[in-house]
Amino acid sequence: MKYNLVCGLEIHTELKTQSKMFCGCKNDPFGAKEPNIYTCPVCLGMPGALPVANRKAIEWTVKLGLFLDCQINLKSKFDRKNYFYPDLPKGYQISQYDLPFCFDGKVETDLGVVRINRIHLEEDTAKLLHQIVEGKKVTLIDFNRSSVPLVEIVTEPDIKTSEQAVVYAKKIREAVRLLGIGEADMQKGAMRLEANISLQTSEQAKRGELPNYKVEVKNINSFNFMKQAIEYEMKRQAALLDQGIVIKQETRGWNSEKGETFLQRSKENAADYRYFPDPDLPMIVLSQAQIDEWKAELPLSSEQEVKRWEKQYQIPVKYGQALIGKKEEIAWANELWQAAAQQNLSVAKLANYLVNKKINYSLNDKVVEVIKKFNQLTQVDEINQGDLKAIIKKTIDQFPTEVKRYQAGEKQLLGFFMGQIIKSAGKKLDAAQVNKILREELG
Amino acid sequence: MKLNQLTLTQAMAGVKKKKFSGKEIFEACLAEIEVKNKDLNAYLTINSEKSYKSHNKPFYGLPLAIKDNYCINEVETTASSAVLTGFKPPYDATVIAKLRQSGFSFLGKTNMDAWAHGSSTETSDFGPTRNPRNLAHAPGGSSGGSAAAVAADLCVAALGSETGGSIRQPAAWCGCVGFRPSYGRASRYGVAAMASSTDTPGFLTKTVADVALITPCICGLDPLDATSSPEVFPNLINQMKKDLKGKKIGFLYLDIKGMEKTRAYYERVWQDLEKLGAKVEKVKARDPREAIGVYTVVQRSEVSSNLGRYDGIRYGQGREKFGAEAKRRIMLGTFLLSQGYADKYYWQAQKVRTLFMQDFERLFTQYDALVSPVSPTLAKKLGCSEESAMFGELEDIFVEPSAICGLPSASVPCYHDKKSNLYLGLNIMAPMHQEEIVMQVASAYEAGTNWNHWAVVERGDHEI
Amino acid sequence: MKFSAEFVQQIADLAKLTIDEAQAKDLALGFEESMAVVEELSQVPTQGLEPTYQVNNLVNVWREDVVNKKQMFTQKQALANAKNTYRGYLVVERIIDHET
Repeated sequence: MKYNLVCGLEIHTELKTQSKMFCGCKNDPFGAKEPNIYTCPVCLGMPGALPVANRKAIEWTVKLGLFLDCQINLKSKFDRKNYFYPDLPKGYQISQYDLPFCFDGKVETDLGVVRINRIHLEEDTAKLLHQIVEGKKVTLIDFNRSSVPLVEIVTEPDIKTSEQAVVYAKKIREAVRLLGIGEADMQKGAMRLEANISLQTSEQAKRGELPNYKVEVKNINSFNFMKQAIEYEMKRQAALLDQGIVIKQETRGWNSEKGETFLQRSKENAADYRYFPDPDLPMIVLSQAQIDEWKAELPLSSEQEVKRWEKQYQIPVKYGQALIGKKEEIAWANELWQAAAQQNLSVAKLANYLVNKKINYSLNDKVVEVIKKFNQLTQVDEINQGDLKAIIKKTIDQFPTEVKRYQAGEKQLLGFFMGQIIKSAGKKLDAAQVNKILREELG
Repeated sequence: MKLNQLTLTQAMAGVKKKKFSGKEIFEACLAEIEVKNKDLNAYLTINSEKSYKSHNKPFYGLPLAIKDNYCINEVETTASSAVLTGFKPPYDATVIAKLRQSGFSFLGKTNMDAWAHGSSTETSDFGPTRNPRNLAHAPGGSSGGSAAAVAADLCVAALGSETGGSIRQPAAWCGCVGFRPSYGRASRYGVAAMASSTDTPGFLTKTVADVALITPCICGLDPLDATSSPEVFPNLINQMKKDLKGKKIGFLYLDIKGMEKTRAYYERVWQDLEKLGAKVEKVKARDPREAIGVYTVVQRSEVSSNLGRYDGIRYGQGREKFGAEAKRRIMLGTFLLSQGYADKYYWQAQKVRTLFMQDFERLFTQYDALVSPVSPTLAKKLGCSEESAMFGELEDIFVEPSAICGLPSASVPCYHDKKSNLYLGLNIMAPMHQEEIVMQVASAYEAGTNWNHWAVVERGDHEI
Repeated sequence: MKFSAEFVQQIADLAKLTIDEAQAKDLALGFEESMAVVEELSQVPTQGLEPTYQVNNLVNVWREDVVNKKQMFTQKQALANAKNTYRGYLVVERIIDHET
């Protein structure tokens, strides 16, 4: 039986603000040299401690939403999500329930549109390490990460292939980096993926119905593993459905070593989080003017930037695509193009040299240095037209057979002649100039 | 008169004139605590004489009693719960830092209903506090230890907190003054949270003038508390009045069931207010019994969440150490917020709360101030809280409506029963952010009557 | 409304509290008493009303993204009141994974 993949992704990404979401502690959990050195009464959940929201985190969340084509809730609030776990110092997580900052957005991919249901802002939990200490199995807790700002992006179940899931996730990562709001580094745990996977039968497809279950897969820490996990689940679920087995809501983890998902928890009794508005945090009311201001500050998406380069500098789109990625790369590249254009150099040629690795460069290089390297490679020695013509004529005369073949139609011999001319000239020549004269001489 | 019997006003005047020092008053209080505390159990933690550091202006080291839900750096803070035995916070509550900056000293931490859950101080995990006016009776709560410390002259004034009536009610039961500013005036940072949307720091003092002196010290915007108010706090000393000419006062709740025994005394209060020049009218307000429902739901819901942090991992003891009342409230709150019930109970309660806010707004367009009894009876006997699972809420029926709306209010003594030596209190309420109106009515009433024995002494004592 | 002992036990689990059967029965009675008062609220008409969960009408209270060194703890202070620590970490018995 054939089934359609019905998949939604939930991506959590940490924001790289200076301070935490609800307190003034330093936000650098991965860089901290010791555990529990960036804490205070608030992120440790001590008696009487109170949260105060980080304005920048709110701004960045809204900007991310605007960048991903979302609607913005002008009135928003924070809610308490109550549950017990050792990594949650207050016994509740401050999150957003029914009035998230952003909703109804979309991401366009080559493999189809993925709609975004919501984007909301919350605080991260502490980090847990499972170890054996003095022979006992324990869990160690580090609160450096407690209350770091965390953005959650939830899609509609629009994803139809594992490839599309990867493309979508990469676009989210790119957006986060482009906006300069986060590292989105999966190795550091700054970006985490969860996939909700189910299969739709062809009958359901005809009726326009979605499956009545979904399996949540967690612990995925790379795009590759996500692709594998989705494909594994598709096979696993198809096999069950083929046997007529009803699949229950459940939560599964991904075991990358075995290449399998495994049951973590049955989701039949969904946790009761008893959401209610956090009485310690007044409502957020944004004006349309503020939203418009933030929208005007958004950078171009990489597609938009690449198109602009093609238009302005004639850099072919495929070269532009090869060069972009992080926000810093685009900024650096723009600086380089501008400097080159000012000196009347060929920006497109420069881009070509970078992509084809004719010039080795890194983002730390000064733009001036890179241009210097470019000039060295393309500099042509001074030569007057008359001398050049003489050299060309002399070289052609040495190869009468090849001239005849060229004139008979073997146009590719032009390259052979070019090489000979340059060799005998013993100088750096302007290839375009040589080419022009050569063609004239050859007829 | 012993130094510990001075009011804050008298103490300030005397220290300024160098008749005695803040340290001497501190020591006099300690000496009295040494004698009385074992019977009263007003203090849980007592600072030693050695802890006294010299303090300068503006308050010269005058000694305060501090309710045990306020975090004081490196001082055991338990909120009278076994769950926090041994907990020494490495930080000060904001209002504690402010009191320090104002030059006050701290005598120790006072007993309370555990987690502020109650109106008699009997739910403390460290034994009840006795009412200094009559040891067989409860002092009220939850700031019972603070009220008792003031009533027994074991301090110059005491810091308390109110959520449903926890300053005004013990003030009434102990025969002293209780004052709570509007919600948001004083920072809640560092005060063990009970009901976040109503918790309010305030004071128990000997006279109304003391309130005017000390309250501004703890008020003001705190960047660490997102619910703290940016409104400028009025100067209360300028608002002390001798009469109430031109004031229109509404009298609430005289006819509510339960008032039968004490109604006559409140009618006398009415007459005294009129003698002072006020125009007093009986007022029909929303049924305060509804406020009990609102308060019960809101408070227990917020409590169930606020007490989720006490798991013994980062500090304190495990959850098994919660007392019976705490367990009861946490569980009811958990239920009221849970799936399937939140709409019916939590959201409905918050909407009825809106109705109370609208009702007070309406009343304040007609009246400058509103008054009512604080409690339907004199302080009850110890053991009273076992009457009912809803004891606290039922006791606080008259003060809960203003508490859930965050209004500034006070309790001043308005009757003294010679036989039992117990008191009744007058609840005085004003619109949000108009503490000066509370001050005007409270000061005039105190000046025009003889129920407050410290005020009477002060009036007769022209030397200090 | 009525509270069965089982239901009370479920609530206790949700609230991470331990109670025994006798306590469950006792609590059930207490809840019924409280709910009698709470149920009266259901009679109050509230259509079209906004709930009040903040009495002082504040909006947009936030802080700028600056590190507040004064409020931060040293590692020693952070761990000062914990019963169980190890090399700068807080310690609990091994949790069998799952989160939420």
